[in-house]
Amino acid sequence: MQRTKFILGGLLILAAVVYLIVSSTKASAEYFMTVDEILAKGQNAVGQSARLSGAVIGSTVKYDADTLTLTFEIAHVSGDNAQIEAQGGLSKVLAEAVNDPTRQHISVVYNGPKPDLLRGEAQAIMTGKLGADGIFYADELLLKCPTKYQEAVPDQAETAAP
Amino acid sequence: MIPEFGFGIAILSFLVAIYSIVAAIYGATKKSPSMVESARRGMLLTFPLLTLSAAVLIYLLVNNHFEVAFVYDVTSRSMPTYLKVTAWWGGQAGSLLFWSWLLSAFASAVTLRKWDRDVEFLPWVVVICSVTLVFFLGMVVFYENPFTRYWLVNGNVEPHMFQPALATLFTPGDGNGLNPLLRHPGMIIHPPMLYLGFVSYVIPYAFAMAALITGRTDDRWIRLTRRWSLWAWLFLSAGLVLGGRWAYDVLGWGGYWGWDPVEIAAFMPWLTGTAFLHSVMIQEKRGLLKHWNMVLVIMTYELVIFGTFLTRSGVLSSVHAFANSPIGPLFMGYVSATLIGSIALVIYRWPTLRGETEMKSMLSREALFLLNNLLFISVLVICFVGVIFPLVSELLTGQKVTVGPPFYERATAPIFASLMFLMGVAPLSAWGNSTVKTLGRAMWKSAVLAGIVTVALFFTFTRNYIALAGFFLVALVLSVTLQEFWRGVRARQRAQNESFFTSLVRLMGRNRRRYGGYIIHISMMLMAIGILGIELFQTETQGTLAAGESTKIAEYNLVFKDVASWDNNDLEVNFTRATIQVYKGDQYIIDLHPRKDMYFSGQPMSIPGVYSNLQDDLYILLVDWQPISSTAATFKIFVNPLVNWLWLGSVLFLLGIIFTAWPDRDPAEETSRRSVTRNANQPSAAD
Repeated sequence: MQRTKFILGGLLILAAVVYLIVSSTKASAEYFMTVDEILAKGQNAVGQSARLSGAVIGSTVKYDADTLTLTFEIAHVSGDNAQIEAQGGLSKVLAEAVNDPTRQHISVVYNGPKPDLLRGEAQAIMTGKLGADGIFYADELLLKCPTKYQEAVPDQAETAAP
Repeated sequence: MIPEFGFGIAILSFLVAIYSIVAAIYGATKKSPSMVESARRGMLLTFPLLTLSAAVLIYLLVNNHFEVAFVYDVTSRSMPTYLKVTAWWGGQAGSLLFWSWLLSAFASAVTLRKWDRDVEFLPWVVVICSVTLVFFLGMVVFYENPFTRYWLVNGNVEPHMFQPALATLFTPGDGNGLNPLLRHPGMIIHPPMLYLGFVSYVIPYAFAMAALITGRTDDRWIRLTRRWSLWAWLFLSAGLVLGGRWAYDVLGWGGYWGWDPVEIAAFMPWLTGTAFLHSVMIQEKRGLLKHWNMVLVIMTYELVIFGTFLTRSGVLSSVHAFANSPIGPLFMGYVSATLIGSIALVIYRWPTLRGETEMKSMLSREALFLLNNLLFISVLVICFVGVIFPLVSELLTGQKVTVGPPFYERATAPIFASLMFLMGVAPLSAWGNSTVKTLGRAMWKSAVLAGIVTVALFFTFTRNYIALAGFFLVALVLSVTLQEFWRGVRARQRAQNESFFTSLVRLMGRNRRRYGGYIIHISMMLMAIGILGIELFQTETQGTLAAGESTKIAEYNLVFKDVASWDNNDLEVNFTRATIQVYKGDQYIIDLHPRKDMYFSGQPMSIPGVYSNLQDDLYILLVDWQPISSTAATFKIFVNPLVNWLWLGSVLFLLGIIFTAWPDRDPAEETSRRSVTRNANQPSAAD
């Protein structure tokens, strides 16, 4: 008798956890997308929560300090870590993406303080939604800058050892 | 010569640890005490060896030996000496050596204890500790060697441990230096605290495995490692709290916890560890849940390894700078192998782990503790699902889908609320049997009091029903817990004729686990107040102000005075500092100085100007300014209500754990308590 009660209680908790996970996933799932993927989806991607990543093009960064509106463009980079590694690491891939005129670009608008790490050849990872105007409106902006303060192997030119 | 020496010593300790494994297994199976003793000495030898190896690495770090790749990566000439020392755990290779060194220290400490009647555990504890040590040292020796140097080979710079043919040593002029974001005091002690916590959990796991292997599966292993798991819990908790404080001070988003995969990686072993702390009590008092405790300690160990792996590989994207390296698959292999081995042992010993009694009542203390465990595991499951969601979705659908903070917040909030409610109920329930009636009689006063507080808050502070529910639970738990102190002291005062204060001190001193636990519950409630405040009532504004102009947020009036920039060549940084006068109404309070530090390396860092009090934090970030005229600047301003209760609660939390884990002065008490609790079948309020 007690045993059944305990088993029922356990099943109830299990059901509650499954419900919480499923309902919360539906409410907050974001699709990882690259620039190519979101542009390929086009109008179908409008209004869908997405996590978009790409390489920041330094010359396009504009910041209006009065309204805290940040705009910039990003270039397509692969979303696959293994592929990035195979192509020579993140910093190399990002630099190539920025300097390759054939890559697809997308404009991004973000409202808030300009992040310290935002500059050319940084990897921007944004969550937000694609607008009907083809601009990606980001609610959240994360940046990864692998090259700027860490070089994998020191340049020979730096040799100044006494 | 020096790096070779350090590396050689690391190899030597690797070999010694392997010897310890072999000797301990041989000694245990062939019943040879001298072989076991030899294994124990081997274990003890790894500590001085690794200390020497680490000392070599620190020597290289402090003396700018940039020809060593690790030194080049994590230090630079401009760093002060203490930062060069702490750079030891600032990179992957060094932190693996640090992990190994801590483990050898803890394992040595444990092998030095008096083994007397537990001597059959000794060889197996040595084996488990040494296997873990061999795994981590193997990483250091074969994959992530901190002593690797740069060599000039055919005009290219390449990292190698030993001189390749025709190569000359290459010494860069200066190193990369430690990321300035990591130079915050919280960040300097945050990783070692986490690591201390991670490594300490190896010891309870080692004893659990020893118990399974030897078949001595009573609660001896739990009693022997109770304090280890408390200290482990302390360090892990301190690591989490410090990490949160660091994020709040340095990352400049006005938050303390972002549900980042790396944060969750450290949080997951904490969850199983917390469940374990509670459920071992059921085994000690009632002889129940023995399988479950084994599973919990195994999960904690695997999550510790998994956590080290998550923070050290590139599997998940995160704000934490990840290192990509070949050690990921090895970590997964090790976790899988030890998990399968451990679970196989539990299944093998399944019959001897059966409970001594049965749970009789759904409301008994043990049933509520079991519920508490299930809730902690539920949070763990949610965290785990969230972390691996992108990997799984990619595997199943080809589309990488991620879940962000709203997922975790939405899914875990009801469970945390249930846990709070349990904190209000469980202390009042009795071992063995409780009914709704007895619980209701013990609780109704507290419930009424909490109701009154909630109604008062409804009329004076907020109509937000989530906040009101939260504050109701906080008031309930605080009232129940403080009443427990009160009842205990009154009872003792009547019996012993002592003053209130003496009574309180002695009561708590005699029963550290119980009253320490209550202190921790109280601290959790203070933290809950802070979390409810910042999560539900945070306000923010942003704007550009000309000199002399003012803005308003919450009750504060802020007047922007000026902004100034200057270089500091010693620290290689340019400071920009704004001055803001803060008024509350018309009353002048303080000048705040939000700052932006631009390191010459190109790394910027925002230091907020913060005015703290128990009501709220005024948190101002300098976002932008006009470089030439210096007459206007842009700010982002947060008001974080009640957030200091979170930090106060954190301090009390750590003090509470220290109080609980502090060694008892009188060892006789430990044994007398055991003899009482062995046959404690009748409901008793004593423990």
